[in-house]
Amino acid sequence: MPEGATIPHPAVAALARRQTWRAIEALPWVLAVAAYFVFPAYLNLGSQILIMILFTLSLDLVLGYAGIISLGHAAFFGVGAYTAGLLAQAGWVEPISGLIAAGVITGFVGLASGFVILRTHGLTLLMLTLAVAAMLHEIANKAAAITGGTDGLHGMTFTPLLGLFRFDLFGRTAYLYSLAVLLVMFLIARRIVSSPFGRSLAGIRENPIRMQALGAPVSLRLIAIYTVGASMAGIAGALLTQTSQFVALRVLSFEMSGAVLIMLILGGVGRLYGAFVGTAIYMIVQDSAAKTTPYYWYFWLGWLLVLSVLFTRGGLIGVFERARKAVAAWKP
Amino acid sequence: MTSAISTAVGLLVDGVAYAMILYIVSAGLSVTMGLMGFVNLAHGAFAMFGGYVALTLVNAWQVPFPIAVVAAFAGGAAAGFLVERTIYARLYGAGVLDQVLMTIGVLFITMAAAAFVWGPLPQRIALPSYLTGQIDLGFRQVPTYRVFLIVAGFIAAAGLWFGLDRTRIGACVRAAVDNRRMAESVGIDVRRLFSLTFALGSGLAGLGGALGAEILAISPSYGIEYLVYFLIVVSVGGLGSLRGAFVAALLLGIADHGGKYLLPELGGFFIYAAMIATLLWRPAGLFGRA
Amino acid sequence: MEALGPVLQATGLNKSFGALRVAENIDLCLRPGDRHALIGPNGAGKTTLVNILTGRTAPSSGSILLDRVDITRASQRERVRRGLVRTFQINTIFRGLSALENVTLAVAERTGAAANGWSRAYGPADAADEAFGLLEALGLAADALRPVQDLPYGRQRLVEIALALGLKPRVLLLDEPAAGVSSAESDGIISAIEALSTDIAILMIDHDMDLVFRFAKRITVLVRGAVLMEGEAADVAADRRVRETYLGLNA
Repeated sequence: MPEGATIPHPAVAALARRQTWRAIEALPWVLAVAAYFVFPAYLNLGSQILIMILFTLSLDLVLGYAGIISLGHAAFFGVGAYTAGLLAQAGWVEPISGLIAAGVITGFVGLASGFVILRTHGLTLLMLTLAVAAMLHEIANKAAAITGGTDGLHGMTFTPLLGLFRFDLFGRTAYLYSLAVLLVMFLIARRIVSSPFGRSLAGIRENPIRMQALGAPVSLRLIAIYTVGASMAGIAGALLTQTSQFVALRVLSFEMSGAVLIMLILGGVGRLYGAFVGTAIYMIVQDSAAKTTPYYWYFWLGWLLVLSVLFTRGGLIGVFERARKAVAAWKP
Repeated sequence: MTSAISTAVGLLVDGVAYAMILYIVSAGLSVTMGLMGFVNLAHGAFAMFGGYVALTLVNAWQVPFPIAVVAAFAGGAAAGFLVERTIYARLYGAGVLDQVLMTIGVLFITMAAAAFVWGPLPQRIALPSYLTGQIDLGFRQVPTYRVFLIVAGFIAAAGLWFGLDRTRIGACVRAAVDNRRMAESVGIDVRRLFSLTFALGSGLAGLGGALGAEILAISPSYGIEYLVYFLIVVSVGGLGSLRGAFVAALLLGIADHGGKYLLPELGGFFIYAAMIATLLWRPAGLFGRA
Repeated sequence: MEALGPVLQATGLNKSFGALRVAENIDLCLRPGDRHALIGPNGAGKTTLVNILTGRTAPSSGSILLDRVDITRASQRERVRRGLVRTFQINTIFRGLSALENVTLAVAERTGAAANGWSRAYGPADAADEAFGLLEALGLAADALRPVQDLPYGRQRLVEIALALGLKPRVLLLDEPAAGVSSAESDGIISAIEALSTDIAILMIDHDMDLVFRFAKRITVLVRGAVLMEGEAADVAADRRVRETYLGLNA
């Protein structure tokens, strides 16, 4: 009998299938590897894009999957960046363990701040995310003796990756290192969101009060994903420090929090790959536009935001999906 | 000892003057956020616009200062009305995230447009001679303009209190902030009320931008630079509460100014920490309804 | 039936908001398999009572025992874990998710699977299998994969009930289960409720009298925060005071 106890019902199998790997998911990775060979002169920009994708991905876990709107996600990016920088200055110059250390420390910062602020909701929570980031920014700004203040933190070096690959001037090592870290983090993120815990976050995002009535420990779950998101953002920040050997104060700025939010929204929230699409396009356009006239960039970015809120839902990925469905439906 | 008192008075005068600017700019934001629950991160853009209107009129066209200030109010109100009708009105009832993104977009556009029209550098307004002097308090001189700001702030607060407490429209606003559905069911057109309040609030922001241009220099990034301060006033005071905004502005103005003078090494740290503590203690703000 | 001890016993529940007493010395007792209704005019305090029972509102005084364990001060979560489950008057299901995902959320919370952040959801022997069984029993199998917001309202009400059943309730509080549903659809809902296991004690809160008398064996009448009377359905229907104060509107 096919209806045996171990064989799930077709409906359940259909849900399971939604989470299995599809061929298209290889595309961003193939493109990233291809870019390494095709654009050897742009590898520094490429590493920055990969790092920002990781940062955006971490926000997607928090915002896209758990529905926590943060105006201060840069707090964690910045803490990770400064942690990696300060560790290196203190003599901890091995990059991979430094990265892990930064992730752990940022995770604790996320846990502590999440524990404190996630008991609030709505606007108050929005303000608190903003305030936490503003406070850390001010600390980094004023503790110039340690952080370098507005001059930033520089003059740190790292030992070769795995003892073999030096961080070269062309950014080859940095690029591949960033890509590898992004891949590992992405696999973790994908695993988390397709777990029962990840599904329960979707329930909390849709209706936290109902989840409470189902007996779910809502705050605990939110704190958990906030901690993971913080840690991942911290690893992105640390990666930026290690690949650029520099920490700028702006890693903690409101502009940074705003930018990562915009990148995620442009790509599409709650989809994981939205982080890839939105960040890559944002960074590439910014790189070419902002060099000549920075204010024009903000002008068109502003319009892009306004129009995308008015006319698109689900970001660029959402637009692609709708287009694909429209094409499929159009077939005779 | 007298010098300590003298310093304290000086700090207090400066702090209160600064607080009045924060209050005038933020009052409208508090009411509109309380009324529609609309998260408007672009509020500072209207203050910036008012500031540019005033300083252009005064610096380039030699228009008398009082007229320029009135024009700043009118300019802010007109801009607010236009933006509310064309863009914001489509977003009522939308999610907070959409409102955040939309208003950040508006902030960016105005920032870029201001840089294009007025240039990227901060500008100050040329004050008329009768406001630039000092007033002698016997033991200390205080800048006339600071005293003028304090008086202006109190007049604005009294005017708003009167408007909200003693007029029919004010009563409608209070009713709608208190319970929107109830207000609608007794025939108050909350949308129209909101348009009106939004325009008035933007006008006040424009006024605050113009009056405060001497303290908070007008530059294209004005709306982002001081955003946190306006939001602190609104959220710590409690959404929709003018009294709350006034108290929060006073606390913020005095503490920020005094703190930066007495403990410059802490900078704004203390302010943010105090904001976090306040919101954890009272999530709806000092005077907000939970 | 008489031999079975009560599964839910509320004694002397009081609640005041300032000078306003919204619950006054309320007693309520449910035995396994009970089909009990709570009726009363608007503002009688039905919702307050449900909120006190489920832990959303703390009573000023009184006690609630679930299976002889005092849960008066227990959290919502703790009560749910012990089998005290409610449905909501207006749909509070997860609109963007499919019916199957909805119910799976409930089952996964009960079994504790929802805390697992590392294994695949919907894998072998998943909470979803049990959830699908519940949907099937309520006649929702064909709708399992559709987003619930696309389902007719009556079916959404059934998903709401399936969500509660996913928690394996010992006591189920149904808050106006057929509110806002057409009469054709409400028949289906009532049949579904009548078919529920007799292990579950059910308290239905409603003011649709046809529904109440069709469903309930016992009825508690609440007026102005206090119990006006409690008894067999037929006795309540025949009671003069009840007819005057409440049923008078219908009769």
